Amino acid sequence: MNLLEVRNLVTAYGSIEALHGISLDVADGEIVALLGANGAGKTTALRTISGLLRPRSGEVWFAGARIDRRPAHDIVRLGLTHVPEGRWIFSLMTVDENLRLGAYAEPRVPQAALDRVFTLFPRLRERRAQVAGTLSGGEQQMLAIARALMTRPRLLLLDEPSMGLAPVLVRLIIQTIAEINRDGTTVLIVEQNASAALRLARRAYVLENGRVALEGPSADLAKNERVRQAYLGVGAPLRAQG
Amino acid sequence: MNALGNRWVRGALVVAVIVVALGLPIVGTPYLIDVGTLVLVYIMLGLGLNVVVGYAGLLDLGYAAFFAIGAYTTGILMDDAHLAFWWTLPVAACFTALSGVVIGTPTLRLRSDYLAIVTLGFGEIVRIAATNLTFTGGPEGLYGIAHPTIGGFVLRSPQALYFLGLAFVLVVLAGSYNLARSRLGRAWLAIREDEAAAQAAGIYPVHSKLMAYVLGAVFAGAAGSFFAVKLTAINPSSFTFIQSVTILMVIILGGMGSLPGVILAAAVIVVLPEVLRAFDQVRMFAFGIGLIILMLVRPQGLWPSRIGQIERRAVAVSEASAAAGVAADAAATTE
Ligand SMILES: Nc1ncnc2c1ncn2[C@@H]1O[C@H](COP(=O)(O)OP(=O)(O)O)[C@@H](O)[C@H]1O
Ligand SMILES: [Mg+2]
Repeated sequence: MNLLEVRNLVTAYGSIEALHGISLDVADGEIVALLGANGAGKTTALRTISGLLRPRSGEVWFAGARIDRRPAHDIVRLGLTHVPEGRWIFSLMTVDENLRLGAYAEPRVPQAALDRVFTLFPRLRERRAQVAGTLSGGEQQMLAIARALMTRPRLLLLDEPSMGLAPVLVRLIIQTIAEINRDGTTVLIVEQNASAALRLARRAYVLENGRVALEGPSADLAKNERVRQAYLGVGAPLRAQG
Repeated sequence: MNALGNRWVRGALVVAVIVVALGLPIVGTPYLIDVGTLVLVYIMLGLGLNVVVGYAGLLDLGYAAFFAIGAYTTGILMDDAHLAFWWTLPVAACFTALSGVVIGTPTLRLRSDYLAIVTLGFGEIVRIAATNLTFTGGPEGLYGIAHPTIGGFVLRSPQALYFLGLAFVLVVLAGSYNLARSRLGRAWLAIREDEAAAQAAGIYPVHSKLMAYVLGAVFAGAAGSFFAVKLTAINPSSFTFIQSVTILMVIILGGMGSLPGVILAAAVIVVLPEVLRAFDQVRMFAFGIGLIILMLVRPQGLWPSRIGQIERRAVAVSEASAAAGVAADAAATTE
């Protein structure tokens, strides 16, 4: 049984359907990428899985439990945590307060989780007392991921973690995600940067207009002519490793 | 340099407040002590409403209703059931908490403007009910409410009642201070900033908001209980819509979410009309003008909270910080 199973998920904003029945699986321990152009429905898919949106029909199963009717704050407690797109952090709080808030579901802030987060992101330890809104963009994204890790998730949903960051920071974030995964956290990642995502993930799904257009191992998708033209740029050098 | 000046001003203000608060009952006339006691009542009410409006970001336009429920609970239990003052406090807390749950549960799920309308209506219902029911004494209200006692000592003098009020204020102040720094306090701040992100962090917004609403109600109930034994007589005219607005003014004038702000503003709201008694004809008019001038001079409030300051500054420097962010990331690339 897979850790996450999504079956024929349909989500609409009012009368406009954004997802027309997508299905996807994420096995325990994997990194899976969700690719697609702007407006394809990637964010909608993650928001529906994490309970921030209610699907019109379809099912979401997580760790053997059906979660598509559960509210978001409950789903977090089951071990599925979402790092939303865009506004990631509570900018009026300090770094420390943000991290404590991440552990909201637990009665006490778990020291082990805090230590792990500071090992992954040493820069956050230096800036513990700083108000999060005054961090740089890269540090804010680190904080968003760190806060999510404070919930000690089994599955982490990441929505465009590299958006708007300098190339060096993109690399740093991607490396850290790989490290988080090695420590045992399963990852479903949405990325605009398709070549980076295909290098990071074992498998990928490509969304087009609210449907799954392609799926398969990253190495296969990286060789796929349609993917290369649409997401990697024509003639882009192939750097995917099997 | 400005910040340093500010710190001195703030330090001096804190010392002044403590000196006045402790010196007043010793050297003040009974009239001045009564004014001081009324300031204490408004501090309690301001701190309570601050939990609802300042911390949780909910607009309550009928807050005086909880003040009334506390006052009438204590008044009726002491008058009719001859219960001791201290025993009426937990009962008042239960009644106000219960009414907070009853009003809050259906409305907190809705948009916040609905809450404003419902609380406005609730405030009026409570006042009208108190005016028309017989067990609340109708328009005349209750009178002859007994004085509270501590181990056989009757708290009757203005001084004694002032110190009782001060004790109440200190308890409420400590409660507010700790709430802001608690797990619940962080949840309120998170919801105010971004409700979806808060939910993604495991916070249940409806539950957190209800907690704020109920805690605020209990604070007002305690203020009401004290108010009843201080005046020994209460009637519906103390619990009007204008009263709710006045309490709201205390926290807006003080600076949303700020505890020292509530204390300063409560003093201004009570003392200013007293000072203006000399100009009897134009007193309330001058009071209004005075408040408008204060808000124009200090739109952030008399003593803005840390969060409030950051919020204002964030707007002003958002562009500058975006540039700084880029620079910091650029610096990171050379690390
Ligand atoms: N809040 C919203 N209200 C209405 N339509 C929306 C909303 N958010 C997204 N959409 C629409 O849903 C579709 C999918 O959007 P989204 O999931 O954000 O795509 P992606 O994350 O892949 O860029 C788009 O057509 C978008 O216009
Ligand atoms: Mg998106």
